[in-house]
Amino acid sequence: MKPVLQVTGLRKSFGGVVAVDGVSFEVHEGEILGIIGPNGCGKSTLFNCILGQLVPSAGDIRLDGVDVTGSTPEAMNRRGVSRTFQLLQVFPELSVRENLILAGQEHRGTMLARLFGPGDAGLTAEADRMIGFFRLVHLADARAGSLSYGQQKLLDAAMAFMAGPRLVLLDEPAGGVNLTMLADLRERLRAMNAERGATFVVIEHNMDFVMSLCSRVIVMVEGKVLMTGTPAQVRSDPAVLEAYLGN
Amino acid sequence: MTEVVAPSPPPSPPVARAASGLSRRLDGVLLTLIAGAVLLWFLPVGMGRYGTYVLTLWLVTSIAVMGLNLTLGIAGLKSLAQAAFMGIGAYTTAILGTKFGVDWYSCFLMSGLLSFALGLLLGFPALRVKAHYLAFVTLAFATLVWLVFRNEQWLTGGTFGIANIARPTLFGIRTDGALAFHRFVVVVTLVLALALWWLIRSPWGRAFLALRENPIRAASLGVDIRAYTLLAFAIGSAYGGFAGALYSPLVEFIDPSPFALSASFMLLLMVVAGGSGYQLGPFVGALVAVALPEWLRFTGGLYLIVFGVVVLLLLIACPQGILGLAERGWNALRARLGAGAAEPSR
Repeated sequence: MKPVLQVTGLRKSFGGVVAVDGVSFEVHEGEILGIIGPNGCGKSTLFNCILGQLVPSAGDIRLDGVDVTGSTPEAMNRRGVSRTFQLLQVFPELSVRENLILAGQEHRGTMLARLFGPGDAGLTAEADRMIGFFRLVHLADARAGSLSYGQQKLLDAAMAFMAGPRLVLLDEPAGGVNLTMLADLRERLRAMNAERGATFVVIEHNMDFVMSLCSRVIVMVEGKVLMTGTPAQVRSDPAVLEAYLGN
Repeated sequence: MTEVVAPSPPPSPPVARAASGLSRRLDGVLLTLIAGAVLLWFLPVGMGRYGTYVLTLWLVTSIAVMGLNLTLGIAGLKSLAQAAFMGIGAYTTAILGTKFGVDWYSCFLMSGLLSFALGLLLGFPALRVKAHYLAFVTLAFATLVWLVFRNEQWLTGGTFGIANIARPTLFGIRTDGALAFHRFVVVVTLVLALALWWLIRSPWGRAFLALRENPIRAASLGVDIRAYTLLAFAIGSAYGGFAGALYSPLVEFIDPSPFALSASFMLLLMVVAGGSGYQLGPFVGALVAVALPEWLRFTGGLYLIVFGVVVLLLLIACPQGILGLAERGWNALRARLGAGAAEPSR
């Protein structure tokens, strides 16, 4: 499999604090890669650097072989990288359908064409397909802000797929989601991977969720990669256990 | 991709049945705008010259508030310069019309374009500073513009102002009379309101809203924050310019005083009092600020105090403005009648 994303020697420091310290990894096409690690180990900072929310201090990021280090979030999204955030980031005043249309509209034609084109940017059918896929049909017209936390998490994930992205970075998608909704979310992400060939990188603290979803897992500790392996290898590695549980 | 059939939905909670959606709401706005224009066409009959003037002033002010509502209410960018843009439009029309004999339509276009261009420039600080810091930047701009109006006498006439500003002619029909000009303003207001209705209903409107609600998430969805921030400022400012281009021939004499900083605060009050972000809010807010002082004239010298108290009470009772209050009441009524649905608050 060819790599979609290549991160080489990525480093991000804030003053004297090094949040990400020489991290290198690859994400292959169609893969679901997990990133785990204790709180504060630099996982979200890593995502922020990849997506352009933060400018890396050193290292480079390649998407399909093209150097995209330091690109803006808008540019990264237009190149086909989308993400969800650790905290919920839906637009509460818009309906579920409008949230999804918004998530895809900037990929439709030029700004001027969007102004004079249809109000839904021709995305209602695609939004409704996504609503069906994520089983939110009965909530399509509801205000996003009125949905339960778990439903908003599903919507948040659905939004990340609206533009048919090349790579999706999910930051703690399972955080705060109840068990029923969690199973639903895992099943939808698996289906998205199997049926659409979507490539994922998932940051997660929920070990059952990440181990059952991902084919490969990176463990980060104190800004560095501790190990990379299959879920089974990670589970049985003494260094990982020590990083999580201490001596 | 294999189509995934969604399971039958569970019984919908009240909110799920809500007639939500920006577009559906805005269709109601469209009907209200057209019906309102028809009503306003006939309303001044028998009202007298002054009553017609107040009605026209309300519409002109509403145009400026519409622009600020886009910048502040919808895109969430704090601006205290809308009266300055109104002044730029008014002076552009007055100077071009009286000194160069340019027809009103060209003046109107120039007023909008100049305000758009200056609004675009003023938008650049908004890319770096937010919230009240941005408000201070726009406040400085408004002060600067007002000083130009007052001090550059060779251009603006200074405190002596510019007189004899002609009213437009439409298909050979002069609009010199109060009623004719009022009807002309009704048509222009309707056209500008419809243009904004279209804009807000377009993907741009959704992007402006995203800018206000969550710019970081919006950027991660590919929304060009830079372009939409500048456009929100520029289009909102252009509406200020258009309002100024109508204000000049309405009053037929302009001086710097109506475009002072206090006027910008007043326009801001109108956005908030009407309902920030509601498309009909500017008309309601401008009605409060333009017509309420007139209705309170029976209180004699106390009318400004009474006006201040009324506005204060209104904002305490309903920070979402009058339309926010109306929406809350409507939702409560629907819930009591069993319809159950809570309309989206924007």
